[in-house]
Amino acid sequence: MSDFTPEDRPNALRRAWDSDLAYSFRTSPVALVSGVVATLIILGAVLAPLIAPHNPFDPATLNLMDGFTPPMEPNAFTGNVYWLGTDNQGRDVFSTILYGARTSLFVGFAAVLFAMTLGITLGLIAGFRGGWLDGLLMRVADVQLTFPSILLALLIFGVARGFIPAAYREAMAIWVLIVAIGLSDWVQYARVVRGATMVEKNKEYVQAARVIGAHPVKILVRHILPNVMGPVLVIATIGLALAIIAEATLSFLGVGLPPTQPSLGTLIRIGQGFLFSGEWWILAFPSAALLALALSVNLLGDWLRDALNPRLR
Amino acid sequence: MTAFILRRLVQSVLVMLVVALISFALFRFVGDPVASLMGQEATAADRDALRARLGLDQPFWMQFIDYIGRVLRGDFGISYRLQQPVAELILQRLPATLELALVSGIAAFVLGVALGVYTALNRRGWLSNAIMTVSLIGVSLPTFLIGVLLIWVFAVELQWLPSFGRGEVVQIGGWRTGFLTESGRVALILPAITLGLYQLTLIMRLVRAEMLEVLRTDYIKFARARGLSNRAIHFGHALKNTLVPVITITGLQLGSIIAFAIITETVFQWPGVGAFFINAVRFVDVPVMAAYLMLIALIFVVINLIVDLLYYVVDPRLRVDRGAARH
Amino acid sequence: MSEPLLSVRDLVVEFPTRRGTLRALDRVSFDIAEGEVLGMVGESGAGKSITGSAIIGLIDRPGRIAGGEIRLRGERIDNIPEDRMRSIRGRRIGMVFQDPLTSLNPLYTVAEQLIETIRTHLGLSEREARERAVALLDQVGIPAARRRIDDYPHHFSGGMRQRVVIALALAAEPELVIADEPTTALDVSVQAQIIDVLRDICADRGAAVMLITHDMGVIAETADRVAVLYAGRVAEIGPVRDVIQAAEHPYTAGLMGSIPTLTQTAERLTQIPGAMPRLDAIPQGCAFNPRCPQVMPRCRTERPDLLARGQGRQVACWLHAREGVGDV
Repeated sequence: MSDFTPEDRPNALRRAWDSDLAYSFRTSPVALVSGVVATLIILGAVLAPLIAPHNPFDPATLNLMDGFTPPMEPNAFTGNVYWLGTDNQGRDVFSTILYGARTSLFVGFAAVLFAMTLGITLGLIAGFRGGWLDGLLMRVADVQLTFPSILLALLIFGVARGFIPAAYREAMAIWVLIVAIGLSDWVQYARVVRGATMVEKNKEYVQAARVIGAHPVKILVRHILPNVMGPVLVIATIGLALAIIAEATLSFLGVGLPPTQPSLGTLIRIGQGFLFSGEWWILAFPSAALLALALSVNLLGDWLRDALNPRLR
Repeated sequence: MTAFILRRLVQSVLVMLVVALISFALFRFVGDPVASLMGQEATAADRDALRARLGLDQPFWMQFIDYIGRVLRGDFGISYRLQQPVAELILQRLPATLELALVSGIAAFVLGVALGVYTALNRRGWLSNAIMTVSLIGVSLPTFLIGVLLIWVFAVELQWLPSFGRGEVVQIGGWRTGFLTESGRVALILPAITLGLYQLTLIMRLVRAEMLEVLRTDYIKFARARGLSNRAIHFGHALKNTLVPVITITGLQLGSIIAFAIITETVFQWPGVGAFFINAVRFVDVPVMAAYLMLIALIFVVINLIVDLLYYVVDPRLRVDRGAARH
Repeated sequence: MSEPLLSVRDLVVEFPTRRGTLRALDRVSFDIAEGEVLGMVGESGAGKSITGSAIIGLIDRPGRIAGGEIRLRGERIDNIPEDRMRSIRGRRIGMVFQDPLTSLNPLYTVAEQLIETIRTHLGLSEREARERAVALLDQVGIPAARRRIDDYPHHFSGGMRQRVVIALALAAEPELVIADEPTTALDVSVQAQIIDVLRDICADRGAAVMLITHDMGVIAETADRVAVLYAGRVAEIGPVRDVIQAAEHPYTAGLMGSIPTLTQTAERLTQIPGAMPRLDAIPQGCAFNPRCPQVMPRCRTERPDLLARGQGRQVACWLHAREGVGDV
């Protein structure tokens, strides 16, 4: 029996509120504003099917007569009013942004998750095993770091498209994109985790665990991983901003997601076409959404780095 | 010195060989070259004949050696999409990309160093703070968005500058330049800003950080204690020491300028190699992709080599030939 | 006695910090006569280096001179414009720093650094400046000076580099040289040589030296007079021989007790219990009172001023107040 009753423990929420990290968050205006903006966009994206006034991908709800309605003005034919106006097909720009952000964030989070899993695994192996495997992995990492990741993602994407039969290219695009962005961004995780692993594996408690015959994988997961969660979280946050930008860039270039599955980058690409004919809102609002998302996540990452102050290179 | 250069050269050649292998594998295994080059009506015998003519029936390593031989002669195959030699297509478009990269690279470096030094020397000034804040936004802004916004403001609203193309170009030998005409120079402005802005903020922040670091060193304090002028201390002693690490990183940034040129060229419909590559990715034009990979790798390797040599020229501590610590 | 070369009166240097203002120097006063070598001793943090920085007008930000005055030949130099101060630095007051490995700019040759300094202060041509630079290197004992002058700093050993630093400090014939722990970073084997070079070259030119060190042995051999600093205040000043043989301040006595001599064994070293207070925790009254073996009630409430004791000696201690000749 433990003499530790649940009442003795401060409740988890209270504890989180009192932590240094939460205090630093509450007292940093930049972090607060960024946090609110990012949360609003993420909530809007997740709840898009509930919030969005229209489903932009359901042709039944679209009325071509509604096309090119300026923001906050009644449409000349139908009299309908849209907050942020409509595009050429009469789709509500606000709704397309919500759905676009949904796609952007899905790709961003999935790419970060992929890069993180890959980076942590390779970093643990490299740090724990050492030897030629470590040498090889770190050489690859060095070479990759000198290459801009957007170019790398583009190349990986191009190669992958070559392997995939033309009929499946559109359907597979989102997964190829996730893998391409993820593969271009695993190095930082691997470096941090490798460094920590090399330090921790020689500490006495890890040696002791080895002596009593604990499985290496268990040692890694139980003892070493918790030590690197801080830096990994920082890299992941900044990585999320980078992944969102990378996805938007590729989609803007027309080599990312197909128009049937638009992300914020695709929307900006579409909007650019109407710039010269005066329908500025089709471009401006998705651009502002992307900027707000990328900037707020980036600033959150910066704040997190300063707050946790891990040794990042 | 010679040993150092030799070692770097060998490393560079090794890197190029690895890239060539990747690029060859791409060339060889992605899609079916025979199917891509021949129409649907070709007979099986025709296909076998082409296969033999292209050497595709040879063992892998023989084909690879063959491939390297052809690459060294400048033969990168035929574009699937345009049915023309890839090398020729790329050479036609290279001047546009190089002129753009050169202008924005130089502008980014000069302005970046100037602003970095200014913000470091006037650390508490309001202008420095304003510059630093704007640069923070500049770092988070995706390149393509900068381009689109510039087009909106300067081409659509103000109508001061063109939004696409190179303007009028003049052919000098194999080089098609936009520097010599008014419209060519004007057309360069927006793309160059788009391409250079990110590098500029990066260089500026780096120079500022390094300069602040150097200004705290003992030799700067000693220089002050000897009564040297601020000018001599800031622009002679401090700047030179600042530039040593800056050169390395800036050199590597030159590589990313070439990479980001892909985005800028697409936004501004700039007829360069980057936009060409994007189209190749879109249409899975494998020979073009493979050649571009080699080209980018070559540029990176050459830049790395130059940076190393420059480093060596600037920092006398690396010149070991005169013997360290002679008494 | 004629006017001193350098005169420091009631110098106060403060560092504003988030937790309040720290006083690094608190009413420090001393003189340096022409051609004299003044040793300045004290533990780390006593304010020796800051005194040197204050004289040459190079206190690190955000520190500042908050009171008192510094005069060079009677002329105030603590509140003059930066460009006038710059013409004094190097020209009239030279400075030698602690670490020769970091004092020289690694990217310039010794010749470039010397010629630049010489030409900044003296109206010489490039060639004349170069000749002068060679002569200087020769005087500080660099063999084959004419050949070595175009080498970079990293081609020289630590001791040789400190010789170069001394040559640089003396390049424009200053009247005063401030040497801030000039041998601390060097090999023990070359420390004595460097001190000799410094002393001889300054004696040749009649330049006065303010020698900052925590090594009483160096002071005993080199200095004419010594000033003892404790917690940002002057504890005692006097001719070296007198101070060493008959220290008047209990702190000085303890400090002298810690110079090992050949006749003493290690066990007999006098020790001062405790440590110097941090700048944010200097006790009321005499700063030394918590550690003083002869502490009196008055020491805990009232701060003693420097009292003249005759024969050029001054001490800040209540033990000597009754017999004191009067305030300075």
